[in-house]
Amino acid sequence: MAKHIVGLLTGLIFGFGLALSGMTQPEKVLGFLDMAGRWDPSLLFVLGGAVGVTVISFRFILRRKKPVLDSRYYFSDETHIDRSLVIGAVLFGVGWGIGGYCPGPAVTLLAAPSWELWAFLPAMLLGIFLQKFWAARREEKNVVDEVAEQNDCS
Amino acid sequence: MNNFSMLQALSGGVLIGISAALLLWLTGHVAGISGIIGRLLFAVKKSDEVIWRVLFLVGLVAGAKLYYLGFAEAPTGREYFPVWLLVVSGLLVGFGSSLGKGCTSGHGVCGLGRLSVRSLVATLIFLSVAIITTFLIRHVFGLGAH
Repeated sequence: MAKHIVGLLTGLIFGFGLALSGMTQPEKVLGFLDMAGRWDPSLLFVLGGAVGVTVISFRFILRRKKPVLDSRYYFSDETHIDRSLVIGAVLFGVGWGIGGYCPGPAVTLLAAPSWELWAFLPAMLLGIFLQKFWAARREEKNVVDEVAEQNDCS
Repeated sequence: MNNFSMLQALSGGVLIGISAALLLWLTGHVAGISGIIGRLLFAVKKSDEVIWRVLFLVGLVAGAKLYYLGFAEAPTGREYFPVWLLVVSGLLVGFGSSLGKGCTSGHGVCGLGRLSVRSLVATLIFLSVAIITTFLIRHVFGLGAH
């Protein structure tokens, strides 16, 4: 129960912060990304403010062996820079640079959707679905290949 | 940009950081939006793990609603922006953030917060690719601008 309340509360703060910061205005986001136009540097302050808080607070938080309401932390301990990370970041960057929306603001804007959201959000969800589907298919195929290989050896 | 919008950007960013810190401190979870959506749609089966994620997304929307009701007008749609371009952009954002296991919040805010090299690499890549893309779309192809 406590965890659910934390979910709602942190979501509220996050959503309010996104709207206040200007990240939910795609035109403003593109004004920041467009360095050849009339560059609007204000979104640097969003990232600076957010990362400033997390860099300092995470140091203290992660000194605790476990979070207050759970027995472990849930982030990946992967450190290897793999192809998926790089290609994923490139594709995401292209999409973000075209429209000015990243996933957080896209969901947040359900609070006051313009026509744009009805084009962007379903496409984004479809994109996530296609990637998961494709990844699951590939994994299945790998398992089949491995089994085939093992059979070859035996 | 003026001092006011700079201050807004900074305080909005600080709130986002506080939210991420609270979520990690209390539940051990990363406030990465693409990850939360992705796990909701596909990975998580236990209801306990579904509910807090749904409530987080409800909170996101409610938080913004609060801001638009009390403080500012919500952004209006860009009438000049081609629909097909938005669809392409949405597909790429969804597919890319899912493949790269994170977006602006997961890699950018939380990953950098815990000094993850993977997140730093991802953030540098998507930020620079987005800057190049915006340049190409606006100044080379003359799309999606007034």
